[in-house]
Amino acid sequence: MDWYHLILSASFVFIAIILSHRQGLGLEKDLLIASLRAFFQLAAIGYILKAIFALEDWPYIIFLLLIMVYIAAYNASGKLNRYIPKKQSIGIAGIAISLALAVSLILLVSLTIIPFTAQYVIPISGMVIGNAMTAVGLTFNRLQGDLKANRLLILASLSLGANPAQASALAVKTSIKAGLIPTIDALKIVGIVQLPGMMTGMIIAGADPLEAVKYQIMIMFVLAGAVAIASMFAALIGHRLFFNEEYQLLDY
Amino acid sequence: MKLTIRNLSIYRQDSLIVQNLSTQIPSGSLTTIIGPSGSGKSTLLLSLNRLIPSQGEIFLGKTDINTIEITSLRRRIGMVFQRPALFSGTVSENLSYGPSLINEALSITEQQQLLTNVGLDISFLDRNASTLSEGQQQRLSLARTLANKPEILLLDEPTAPLDPHAALKIEELITTLQKIYNMTVLWITHDLNQAKRVSDNTLLLVGGKLIEEGPNIFSTPKDPITSLFIKGELEEY
Repeated sequence: MDWYHLILSASFVFIAIILSHRQGLGLEKDLLIASLRAFFQLAAIGYILKAIFALEDWPYIIFLLLIMVYIAAYNASGKLNRYIPKKQSIGIAGIAISLALAVSLILLVSLTIIPFTAQYVIPISGMVIGNAMTAVGLTFNRLQGDLKANRLLILASLSLGANPAQASALAVKTSIKAGLIPTIDALKIVGIVQLPGMMTGMIIAGADPLEAVKYQIMIMFVLAGAVAIASMFAALIGHRLFFNEEYQLLDY
Repeated sequence: MKLTIRNLSIYRQDSLIVQNLSTQIPSGSLTTIIGPSGSGKSTLLLSLNRLIPSQGEIFLGKTDINTIEITSLRRRIGMVFQRPALFSGTVSENLSYGPSLINEALSITEQQQLLTNVGLDISFLDRNASTLSEGQQQRLSLARTLANKPEILLLDEPTAPLDPHAALKIEELITTLQKIYNMTVLWITHDLNQAKRVSDNTLLLVGGKLIEEGPNIFSTPKDPITSLFIKGELEEY
């Protein structure tokens, strides 16, 4: 595909902008900025990947992964209320995402499913990090919402002598589920309703569809495990973000 | 003295809710806390078992509450909220919640005794707590707090959502329970007649400040704000 055709495909964004304007949704600016960001971010990563694939040096791979994890962690905790400690939430999201990534990569490489080369590690890590980020974000949001909605129950529980883990046990459970549901749903409908981006991309680029399917199945299994690890860590450790040292539920 | 409060100030989301409040609560007494909406009554109560941060000093007997391990402090100073706030599950599970947190089991006999003390039938034990009426739920919520054997009971308008008849029943129950369990009770109420009936001592809070306190603030108010409030001429402050 040449750049000219890529730019022409931007007309689809303009359809969305026109629809948003006509319906008075006020999303025009957001759509434009988001599309421009997607264009420049992906273009930049394309060049960076090209350079890194050429280097084939593992410290560069790790460095790039760390940057990706940091940005993902920052994004995952972005919707938390301003009274929730920012640095800690980014930290917990970062550990949750790194843990999911580390387990996935260690298993994939040690079971010789993929080699530890930039060409395999970076795209797979990107998918793991992206999905883990969404899962952590959903888990945090659900936790925040549930603890706020059930404030009286949490207070009653604390007043009876519960610690934060005991008081928020139910919210932790529902927020792990909230983080996992999109991945489980994706597993259920894949191939029927939706053809995943990676697989489609491989096929368009000329790969054998069966080969593309094998990779896609592998990726989805990896993502299921990674998302479960990320959500559980985010909820089991993250519930403490909403309490202070005195076992008091924060006012938010 | 059971509770000594010195220079207590409480901020919530950067607003000053309780200002420099000092008072003493005698052991075994029943103190009512009255005042217009938004005067800081609930906030004051929440700070007494450290459910919210506060500045100043609070002593339980002679011990600074900040030096008591937080979960054991909250077991010693129990709280019942305006709404029953029951957990999903059976009546028995609700009753056992407090003791189960420290791996103690509450025997069936103890559970039955608690139900009897709050005027609920012992056959309720296996019923789902959500099937009880609001008055029954509030009784259960009281029993659940009593299962921890608290020395002090904090009550945040426990009769407010109830009809007058059920409210009167709960009121009688609380005064009886205070004697059975020999507890010090702090009770927020917006019902001035209830406050007159039950209290040994009353605190009037207006705009986060303690305006007046004593056993006779209804019969012989000293502060003009107290007189206005008793006459019902000071609703919002």
